[in-house]
Amino acid sequence: MNGRSTPSQTVGPYFSIGFAWLERRDLTAGAAGGACVNIRGRILDGEGQPVPDAVIEIWQADSDGRHAHPEDAAECSGAKTFFGFGRVSMNERGEFDFKTIKPGRVPGPDGKLQAPHLEVSVFMRGLLRRLITRLYFPGEPANETDTVLGLVPDDRRSTLVARANPAEPETHEWDVHLQGDQETVFFDY
Amino acid sequence: MKPLVGYRRPALGTQPEHLYPPYASSVKRAPTQPLVLLPGTLSEITGPIFPKSIVPAKAFDLTHQSKGEPLGERIVVSGQLLDEDGRPVRDSLVEIWQANAAGRYLHKIDQHDAPLDPNFTGMGQTFTDGEGRYRFVTIRPGAYPWRNHYNAWRPQHIHFSLFGPAFATRLVTQMYFPGDPLLEFDPIFNSVPDEPARKSLISKFDWATTTPETSLGFRFDITLRGRNATPMER
Repeated sequence: MNGRSTPSQTVGPYFSIGFAWLERRDLTAGAAGGACVNIRGRILDGEGQPVPDAVIEIWQADSDGRHAHPEDAAECSGAKTFFGFGRVSMNERGEFDFKTIKPGRVPGPDGKLQAPHLEVSVFMRGLLRRLITRLYFPGEPANETDTVLGLVPDDRRSTLVARANPAEPETHEWDVHLQGDQETVFFDY
Repeated sequence: MKPLVGYRRPALGTQPEHLYPPYASSVKRAPTQPLVLLPGTLSEITGPIFPKSIVPAKAFDLTHQSKGEPLGERIVVSGQLLDEDGRPVRDSLVEIWQANAAGRYLHKIDQHDAPLDPNFTGMGQTFTDGEGRYRFVTIRPGAYPWRNHYNAWRPQHIHFSLFGPAFATRLVTQMYFPGDPLLEFDPIFNSVPDEPARKSLISKFDWATTTPETSLGFRFDITLRGRNATPMER
């Protein structure tokens, strides 16, 4: 019998009761290699106001482009313990920060390798279902040929690429704009 | 390499749109630009598979987290986590959170003038078993007022968070109770256009899990997205 997927509903304003126990802002544990990077930013609503009651979840590959998952056919997965999941809630000023390693390149739909990226889910009061987006890395030549970035209109592509911070080379900045001139690209899948 | 099989899109109308003006908070937070359809890659068909050891054995029982027992009507909430093809989703993390029997959340921004219960946190976790089944013991949550519109009250509900096998299957939803008169006035419940899908959010009273002299049972089955019939191009 074929069922139909259960509808999504908002996490509401009190999600921290259910989510806080699994907060994970440092994803670097178990990483066998890869460059450490801090990501920080804010989520901004349609009036440009920071959103304090939001949480993001991250999913990513390790520095070799492999996922800790049985469907990623890693030939030698024995020693790998990098998990690749993060859950990061906003502070009272609507800011977030987390630490991870830059992932390797993951196969894309057309046989080409994708540019390094993080999968990001955004949850908050007011969102009846999550938003899905991706974070790409600044100064990464592979961004030019990435299939998914290629699906995004030219003038909106930069919303998916974090900004380098010359004062802090290991820190990238990435804001999520829910609406407005700089509205972040969100995906449907 | 094994061929990759992606996830099919939910049936039309079974998921809420991001913008639903009767739910006032969606107006400044829903995206205004069209979503970009992702082809679905290894990044989306993988996802976190949590080890069972992260959840304490007693985390399914919200009535025994403190020295005393919480006030309210004790209930068992159980069900099966399936995919759209009816296959059980095994060994998968389930998180819940809810208000106490008086309709108050243990949260600093909840200012509703109803008592907190020193013996109730309102949070629970468990894993589905080998047949995709889960079970929580808790207290029936109270309805509570919110400020979405004049005299707005949320129907009694329990928040559910599910992961399933992939980034693509992540789902956060709410379980409601049968016969709740507030459902027809609730914009969050009514944001789901398709009526059968909407009604699937209402649990069913369940004699099978109702325990004599102890607690009423409610059954809430949850369906995650199913997989495509054919492998993806790669």
